[in-house]
Amino acid sequence: MKPGAFEYRKATSVKDVVTWLHGDSTSKILAGGQSLVPVMNFRLAHPSLLVDINEITSLRQITCDADHITIGAMVHHQEMVENREVRQYFPLLSVAARHIGHWAVRNRGTVGGSLAHADPASEWPAVMVALQAQIGVEGIDGSRVISAADLFLGYYTTELAADEMMTTIHISHPNHPLGFAEVARRPGDFALAGAIVEDFGDAHGSVTWFGVAGKPERVKVSLPKEAALRAQSFQTALQTLTQLDEDRHRQQLAITVAERAFQHSHLNGQEYFTFEGGQV
Amino acid sequence: MATKTSVRLTINHESYDVEVEPRWLLSDVIRHQLGLTGTHVGCEQGVCGACTILVDGKPERSCLMFAVQAEGLDIITVEGLSPDVKRLTPLQESFRDHHALQCGYCTSGMLLTATALLEKDPHPSETTIREALSGNVCRCTGYQFIVDAILAVANGPKEVQE
Repeated sequence: MKPGAFEYRKATSVKDVVTWLHGDSTSKILAGGQSLVPVMNFRLAHPSLLVDINEITSLRQITCDADHITIGAMVHHQEMVENREVRQYFPLLSVAARHIGHWAVRNRGTVGGSLAHADPASEWPAVMVALQAQIGVEGIDGSRVISAADLFLGYYTTELAADEMMTTIHISHPNHPLGFAEVARRPGDFALAGAIVEDFGDAHGSVTWFGVAGKPERVKVSLPKEAALRAQSFQTALQTLTQLDEDRHRQQLAITVAERAFQHSHLNGQEYFTFEGGQV
Repeated sequence: MATKTSVRLTINHESYDVEVEPRWLLSDVIRHQLGLTGTHVGCEQGVCGACTILVDGKPERSCLMFAVQAEGLDIITVEGLSPDVKRLTPLQESFRDHHALQCGYCTSGMLLTATALLEKDPHPSETTIREALSGNVCRCTGYQFIVDAILAVANGPKEVQE
């Protein structure tokens, strides 16, 4: 239950990070460490070099207006819960962030760290795929932008090379109703199933699940007025995914959270922030 | 491999110069090197909350941070809650009055989380308290007395009973 030995370096610039990562193929970035340190405590990971990026303060900025948001990779989850502009213009992000871990974990865990970890049951990967986020990445040879849909390859696996680091996440507001719902055994636990639903109008939309498949995928779905028909529609959408297991319980949860996310998408004001799923 | 680095930690407003291996968890350094054993270690995976400390006023897990990272941070452990070691804070007194602990293993984490909560929101609802405490596991009390203790502080100064 204690990590193995490693070399520790504190980076003060993105250039430091990519240079050091490039020089050591078994190095790892230490962001919030809320997933990496447990994995190291269990000795499931034993990086030779940890590059601590907590002092690169430029990565902690949020720039947000009604149409766009740019989130620095090192923004803490709790900042996403509390930030006034985020709550005003991108309330979905605030609601999603509230479901991540516990308060103490949200205070240190970061958006970029969660994306890089790519746990299939975590919130941010699915949110970013649903909102078609553009991920800014720096490497030794310069920068590139990866669409969230292309970032996630499967369980804990991303498109990022070992010597690349994520710097920013950019989202344009889709300007249609967005809803989020999740089912976990206890608050703060990993989701058994969760969903983000977009309602494009005219009974069309999309659903992006997490905790259901190895990676999040944004699936187009019809959203008929009648709840029973919507459930069938979610069922059809679910069949297009390679699911984690054939567990009927999880499939039923997936349909239930999708319905809750749909209902959430049509709430406003305080109700939007306090929604817990209701009587579905 | 065991190359040590020196770090200056600021804990409970005191400076400590310690030699640490990078792999040493902050929770272990606080306990073993500094002897501040009020910070407890439970799961070492961020789930139980026993090792919760305040970092720049916010609750964080000391088992999910390396001591070498903690230089320059303002850290408070349970020993630092009361400015006078002979006196309890109103919250600590309320825990005592409401029987909010039995074995005491979770108590320091509970106190630090609740202290940060009351600092942020002096009059939290029961729901808010329970949400904040969801990251601190207690196997003795069933939580009700802990929630009662925090609510009592949130609802105003304790009435003096003779």
